[in-house]
Amino acid sequence: MNSVVAGITYRALLGRRRIVLLLLLPVALLGLALLLRLMGSDDQRSAMLLMQNFAIGTMLPLLGLIAGTGVIAPEIDDGTIIHLMSKPISRPVIAQTKFLVAASLLAVFAAVPTYVAAWLLVGNEDAIAPGFAVGALVAGIAYAAVFLLLGVVTRHAVTIGVVYALVWEGLVGGFVPGARKFSVQQWAQSIADQISTSPFLKADVTLGFAVPALVIVTVLAVLWAGQRLRVLSLTGDE
Amino acid sequence: MKIELAQVSRWYGNVVAVNDVTMTIGPGVTGLLGPNGAGKSTLLHMMAGFLAPSNGTVTLDGTRVWKNHQVYRHIGLVPEREGVYGFLTGWQFVLSAARLHGLPDPVEAARKALATVEMEEPKDRRVETYSKGMRQRVKVAAALVHDPPVLLLDEPFNGMDPRQRLHLMDLIRTMGAAGKTILFSSHILEEVERVAQHIEVLVAGRHAASGDFREIRRLMTDRPHLFRIRSSDDRRLAAALMLDDSAGGVSLGPDGLEVRAVEFRGFARLLPRVARTEGIRLHEVSPADEDLESVFSYLINRST
Repeated sequence: MNSVVAGITYRALLGRRRIVLLLLLPVALLGLALLLRLMGSDDQRSAMLLMQNFAIGTMLPLLGLIAGTGVIAPEIDDGTIIHLMSKPISRPVIAQTKFLVAASLLAVFAAVPTYVAAWLLVGNEDAIAPGFAVGALVAGIAYAAVFLLLGVVTRHAVTIGVVYALVWEGLVGGFVPGARKFSVQQWAQSIADQISTSPFLKADVTLGFAVPALVIVTVLAVLWAGQRLRVLSLTGDE
Repeated sequence: MKIELAQVSRWYGNVVAVNDVTMTIGPGVTGLLGPNGAGKSTLLHMMAGFLAPSNGTVTLDGTRVWKNHQVYRHIGLVPEREGVYGFLTGWQFVLSAARLHGLPDPVEAARKALATVEMEEPKDRRVETYSKGMRQRVKVAAALVHDPPVLLLDEPFNGMDPRQRLHLMDLIRTMGAAGKTILFSSHILEEVERVAQHIEVLVAGRHAASGDFREIRRLMTDRPHLFRIRSSDDRRLAAALMLDDSAGGVSLGPDGLEVRAVEFRGFARLLPRVARTEGIRLHEVSPADEDLESVFSYLINRST
């Protein structure tokens, strides 16, 4: 962890227009929750639908993409990363710092709004709100790592990320039962299910699989990103 | 400190960007001269540890540069691409460099570096409001902040106005005289000549020539020159010129004479003498291949 690297990264992501990108989806989530509450559908079933389909199913992967690739891909694109890489700081430390920044942003912009949205609908009933908040937090950390890696490995990180988040997690994970085991969103739900006692929530993936999977994916992605950053070649304009 | 390149090549797929270059960059100012696309940036990136050589080794005082972040304690790098966070002020940018280096007194180091490049006055403005020359100077300040013994600059004078250019030239000369190892790339001979004691010429990825600026200048002047001449009597002039050794070949065309001079100085003396004794009036004498590209292509043909 390097505080100067972190400081610059926070400024790049939170400065000016970029913060709007991070705020858009959480605001939409809170808006939807408020709307449901005003319409009188503040029950566990609608809370569950909102959490599964929007909070975990849409907002989390997209925010993960914005934060995870956003902490590094633009810098690699415009060459500003050279400022960090031409210093006596190990590249894995740069990658780890960027990961921590992305993870912390996801905690603030995804996990906290997830809790508030669920709380608006059902309070702390059956621990649904804390369950999904912790699920979003842990899955957000994993997404931060995966999308950071993607941002280091390829210049088409955003495209690939969108395809992954929507096609794999959304369609394949939804329809092919076997693939569901390998879905960050499903792991998030396993954790939510563990914490919540609501009868409306039934996770497909066991906690015994989800927790090790989340840890392994996160650690491997961060380590790999560090190694890739070590051999990142910067070419001139020639 | 010394940067050593031993049989360094770099290729991208089938394209060879740098071809078997061996050179040693020692203390003082070295200019890396070559036309655009010669592989100067590629070579500089390999020296700076931002690109792996496909073949050969790049070392700094014997330690390998690639995958070794410790070398940046000794290297200051001024990249050609912008590489500056537009949302930071000049002061924040240079200060962040000092902090990233873990300097004991980053504030003082940043202040000193900005003073060196005369950027104290606009230092609190955002970098994105700077002109290209100002950005260039801020980049130099960030590269100098830890007082590195080695400084690598990629086309540092691009986009600078004449006054800034002179100032940076002075700065580079002073640091070179103080014993720092400085390498800068440029495609402009005059620029390199004014600053560098030593010149390495790179053409089409090859190390074409090496020497101090007098040697390079001589190499570039003492090559066969091609002149286009129009006179009152082209045919008689051609015959008279052919009698002398310094005219290597003469061809007579509808637009006048084309003379290949083997030796520049000798020919420069010969032509007016011959014209005078023969009573021929010269209407036009123009060099046909004075552009840098043909100078470079001569050098590369000579070296192969």
